[in-house]
Amino acid sequence: MESSIMGHVIELTYVIAAASFILSLKWMSSPGTARRGIIVGELGMLLAIVGTLMRHEVMDYSLILVAFFLGSAIGVPLAYLMPMTAVPQRTAISHAFGALAVALIGTAEYYRHTPHGFAMVALVIETLLGFLTFTASLMAFGKLQEILPTRPITYKGQNYINLSILAAAILTGLYLMFNPEQTFLYPVFAGLALTFGVLLIVPIGGADMPTVIALLNSYAGLAASAMGFALNNKMLIIAGALDGSSGFILSVIMCRAMNRSFTNVLFGAFGQVQTSAAVKGEAKNYRSASADEAAEILESSRSVIVVPGYGLAVAQAQHKLRELYDMLTKRGVDVRFAIHPVAGRMPGHMNVLLAEADIPYDKLFEMDDINSDFAQADVALVIGANDVTNPAARHDQSSPIYGMPILNTDMAHTCMVIKRSMNPGFAGIDNELYYLDKTLMLFGDAKAFVGEIVKALGASK
Amino acid sequence: MGFDESLLFVFMLAAFLGFELIRRVSPLLHTPLMSLTNAISAISVVGAILLAGEHDAPMLSKILGFTAVLAATINLVSGFLITDRMLKMFKKRAPGGKH
Repeated sequence: MESSIMGHVIELTYVIAAASFILSLKWMSSPGTARRGIIVGELGMLLAIVGTLMRHEVMDYSLILVAFFLGSAIGVPLAYLMPMTAVPQRTAISHAFGALAVALIGTAEYYRHTPHGFAMVALVIETLLGFLTFTASLMAFGKLQEILPTRPITYKGQNYINLSILAAAILTGLYLMFNPEQTFLYPVFAGLALTFGVLLIVPIGGADMPTVIALLNSYAGLAASAMGFALNNKMLIIAGALDGSSGFILSVIMCRAMNRSFTNVLFGAFGQVQTSAAVKGEAKNYRSASADEAAEILESSRSVIVVPGYGLAVAQAQHKLRELYDMLTKRGVDVRFAIHPVAGRMPGHMNVLLAEADIPYDKLFEMDDINSDFAQADVALVIGANDVTNPAARHDQSSPIYGMPILNTDMAHTCMVIKRSMNPGFAGIDNELYYLDKTLMLFGDAKAFVGEIVKALGASK
Repeated sequence: MGFDESLLFVFMLAAFLGFELIRRVSPLLHTPLMSLTNAISAISVVGAILLAGEHDAPMLSKILGFTAVLAATINLVSGFLITDRMLKMFKKRAPGGKH
């Protein structure tokens, strides 16, 4: 009797938890309310955990408490010590953890109860997504951390191999759905899913990481949702579905920002075909300039738009850039930042880096909001960005990035590009922007060069 | 082991709600959004607790349950904390003076 009242109380905590997660995402919509969103999300999570601990099935607390303690001991330093430049890696590894948890729970459930019918259908989907997201996220982590080569790795028949392994995994899963007692097949199924996860990421290059990370985010959420179906828990279904749709929307936004389709991102192996088309070099002319010259031009301009890219993160140049921003702003120059949706290695990466350097967020503009202002800008300063500024995307139908929306840096009065050398960027595509008459190439490490400009500005005062 | 269609209704509604909510999130906050949803998907800790806390469960369940609680806890703790750390950085005006 008592336990049935308890059961209702627990269900109620789950309802409140689900509502908290919804509010949490709602408040995430703008920087003013976002921190409130975190607090309500944390409360929801706390309620869900306390509610679960109260359930009568949970008898043995020792293991749980040890895991809570250990998990916090790892999680807290992970959150506070992680440099902002490494947030994409952190996100990838946490997708791996999340997916692993889901896959293991499904596996244990399978061996313990061998569910039948609908529960088994859910369990197969849950573990399929869990296992493949686990290895795919580990691979993504390896590439982002540059433990693995970041260039896409392709070989003949790759797509056929990948798709047949996925098909085999799905078929084994289907068979298991109807014949759950064939336990010997389960390891085969898990192995196929794990292998597919690895192979899925092998042909993905760094420039496609924002899409892929978002997609893995979606899978991790959907796996949790499937677990809700298997355990008959509506709160899990809701939380998982929210995450699943979030990751999905983000990956759609990323795909659109590159003018590419999902299939193209996953199976297109971007960035290894162009070498023949682009390079074949007749030496083209470009102009370069020193830090002093750059400082002079910046100082005498009224409006400057900075275009940051992944190179900024690699060089850790965001704090030097803040100094430059301060000096120019003090001299009455209007400095704004134009952020391309796929700049960096995950959605919104640049915004976080610039916010970390204390650049006010009302100076950060989305592509669509600032693109028409380039024509009135005196200087477009490109730091560590490449493909997103290539005018070839507008007119050169043979270019692999044709049709991709770009930032109109070539329309500014002067364009300055900080770059290590003339070597083509990540995708191996030559950038027309560099050969324009109005473009000045500033050769050097982003952080060092911005530092030199700052020094030159300081001296001229 | 019947099939409860209401679960599918819940999923469908939550997915549409998710689309509507996320569409409204400013691209400025897409990175913190992703780490927040990451923390929320650590809700799988619920399943992990049920597994690890079961009385007289076989060794395999215990080990898998423990690992799952551990992995989910790492995610939820670091997910919420790093999201908050990121959001604290977003300021509308640069603070007066340096540092």
